[in-house]
Amino acid sequence: MSAPPAPRRSLGSGQHVRVNPIACDAHGMCAELLPEQIVLDEWGYPVLGGEELPAHLIELAKQAVQACPTRALLLERRRRS
Amino acid sequence: MTSLLAVGGSPSAYWYLTRSTGAVALILLTASLALGVADVRRFATPHWPRFVIDGLHRTVSLLAVVFVALHVFASVLDGFAAISITAAVIPFISSYRPIWLGLGALSFDLLLALVITSMLRGRISQRVWRVTHWAAYACWPIALVHSFGTGSDARSAWLLLLSVACIAVVALAVISRALPEFSEHPRLNTAALGGVAAFALFLIVWLPSGPLAKDWASRAGTPASLLGHSHASSAASSSASSGAENRTAGTSEEER
Amino acid sequence: MSAHAFAPPASLPRLLAGVPPTGAMSLPDHLATHGELPRLGRGSRRKTHPLIAEIEQAGLRGRGGGSFSSAAKMRAVTAARGERGLAAWAARPIVVVNAAEGEPGSLKDRTLLEAIPHLVLDGAAAAAEAVGAEEIVVCVCEIAQHAHESVERAIAERARAGGERSRWHLARVPVGYVTGQESALVSFLNGGEAKPTFTPPMPFERGVRQRPTLVNNPETLAHVALIARHGAGWFRMLGTPEQPGSALITLGGHVASPGVYEVEHGSSFVSLIEAAGGVTDEVRALLVGGYAGSWVDASHAGSLTLCDAELAAYGAKLGTGVIIVLGASSCGLAETARVTRWLAQESAHQCGPCKFGLDGLARTLEGAIAGVADLPDPDHRRRLAHLMSLVRGRGACSHPDGTVRFVGSAVEVFAPELADHIVHGRCAGCEEAGALPLPADRPPRMTLDARTYGGVRRRMRVEPASRATPMHMHGTAAGRARPDGAK
Repeated sequence: MSAPPAPRRSLGSGQHVRVNPIACDAHGMCAELLPEQIVLDEWGYPVLGGEELPAHLIELAKQAVQACPTRALLLERRRRS
Repeated sequence: MTSLLAVGGSPSAYWYLTRSTGAVALILLTASLALGVADVRRFATPHWPRFVIDGLHRTVSLLAVVFVALHVFASVLDGFAAISITAAVIPFISSYRPIWLGLGALSFDLLLALVITSMLRGRISQRVWRVTHWAAYACWPIALVHSFGTGSDARSAWLLLLSVACIAVVALAVISRALPEFSEHPRLNTAALGGVAAFALFLIVWLPSGPLAKDWASRAGTPASLLGHSHASSAASSSASSGAENRTAGTSEEER
Repeated sequence: MSAHAFAPPASLPRLLAGVPPTGAMSLPDHLATHGELPRLGRGSRRKTHPLIAEIEQAGLRGRGGGSFSSAAKMRAVTAARGERGLAAWAARPIVVVNAAEGEPGSLKDRTLLEAIPHLVLDGAAAAAEAVGAEEIVVCVCEIAQHAHESVERAIAERARAGGERSRWHLARVPVGYVTGQESALVSFLNGGEAKPTFTPPMPFERGVRQRPTLVNNPETLAHVALIARHGAGWFRMLGTPEQPGSALITLGGHVASPGVYEVEHGSSFVSLIEAAGGVTDEVRALLVGGYAGSWVDASHAGSLTLCDAELAAYGAKLGTGVIIVLGASSCGLAETARVTRWLAQESAHQCGPCKFGLDGLARTLEGAIAGVADLPDPDHRRRLAHLMSLVRGRGACSHPDGTVRFVGSAVEVFAPELADHIVHGRCAGCEEAGALPLPADRPPRMTLDARTYGGVRRRMRVEPASRATPMHMHGTAAGRARPDGAK
């Protein structure tokens, strides 16, 4: 089960989505709003590709972050610690 | 404010505003509770995905706050019973029907706590949010009892019908919340179902001898100076347009 | 550095030098064996402290399982501390000695604290100086009664001797596999539960009381204590260029003398077995790295060397230094299933993929052993592979990843057993499963009311003390036996 790859020709935005697995309660709204990068596993938890967000998906990603009831989805700059 | 009341003899706009916003607030609170239960039960169909149910729940709740705020302002501006803005927020300190009005203030406070903690969700601990959100189940019956206790509209048919419909929706919502998880948290869910039954019983017993009785106004704590209008109020409450001959200076309206 | 009355030994034993057969090495004995701890002055934010530079040159890596560069960690803590004034005061670093040792097969940390506490405390004090910390918290598992008492006595000894700059605290931490995880430990010390937290921020940025926190394994600090005395060049006289120095291995399973051994990195596994008196059964497989480690087939044992670079060829690394020898009389699959079930129970149950995934892995393994088809996928191997891909990397800590490594290697190494069990069900070895140690004497995962080490005491349940398993300690290079009196 893996997310479809992001189209290579899109301009990268330098941002990516990340989930806080402790806060995540498997509501599933992120997968509804950002199906290009998020799919749900058999228990309802999001599987994130971790790829860079193409520019045309940034708005949707922001909506997904807003929609998460537990604020588990995060939008971050590329620098992962 | 009093000039508005003295003009003409019909109930002031604020009285209508108070009643109507109160009724709409009740409908919105009912809808919010039902949507909240649908949300936590992970209800979804292809046309009503999860984020729509959740988004609606949030929006309806905010709308409910708006209407309750309008309801409060209208009742304050409607100078008949001299309700101060503080009495609308701090429970049980008003001179007018302190208990029943106070319940409304209490319900409003709970609603504010719900909305504020939800806005701060992510910054406060999950446990704090969850416990506060359970207060929603208390907020609704308190608001309903407030509407029966405070308003003279209690005996009007349309409001009774509306209340019954809302009670039915809430009862269904609570039952569908409690039953599926009954085996996991038996005590909590027994309490929830028991609460529904107890509340229904309470209404059945209390309403006929309480708000639906003719002398409710005086028993509810209406100040004596305003009680002279109680006769007129019972006639006025049946329909909005028959107010003219029943009006005296200061009017007989009692807010919801 | 003060002159020593003796030349530091180039060979083993190093950490275990002068270990008494019973009880703890006293402070005078410790000083006689190792010499005084040199005082290198307080570290500052701008200039690299000489000890950190020495540790970097020595190439010391953490011994708590993560193998993170110790110098890099200390640098990170130093960088995170405040510069001047109020900021400096508010962000003074803290050193935490992580002796939680939740890995059931590991005894080395408790051994160090019970037998040679001063070496560990020296290391902690030196590290504290280097990063500019004034407080040190020693965290011991709540049921490691003897280790706790030993550290208490050692701290008191040092206080009587005087000259200590740091303030010592002793904290009892709950039993649990994930308790020793850095963020879990920090969370507990901050008054919360001993469960991992979401990072960032990392403990070295904001940890105990929101201050930069250096969390180190006791063995790592023991090495630091010796590097502070003898230098990086001495440290590198043993071991390999990529993995210098010595390490403590807890050897268990079907060997004549299980226990804690100090070995040189790069020495042969066979020499370790010889030092342990040989195996007591025909060997089927080795578990390297504990329950977050990997199984290695016995056929490779002959050529196995104790260094990560070589072990990587078999998908293994030393990690916490736990090596368990599995005899042919045991069923590797049953042992793996039993431990996987335990690992699933030990999950903090905070993250869905770990909570459900580990349980799924355990159930599938149990089903495979019993020859029962596991729904939703009757093909056990495919189901296991699927679950492992779903679990890996999706938790807040590395617990699920470790379990995936453990199960994945088991599926590979015990492939014949797996095929056999699916068809025929349980085998003779399944009935006697118990070769891999689990804390049977420990209560199952429990939550303890937090006790903030700062002295605010809250309601605590104190477990009855359990005797630490008597261990055999050989302070020699694997291969050269020395009469031991520690039976």
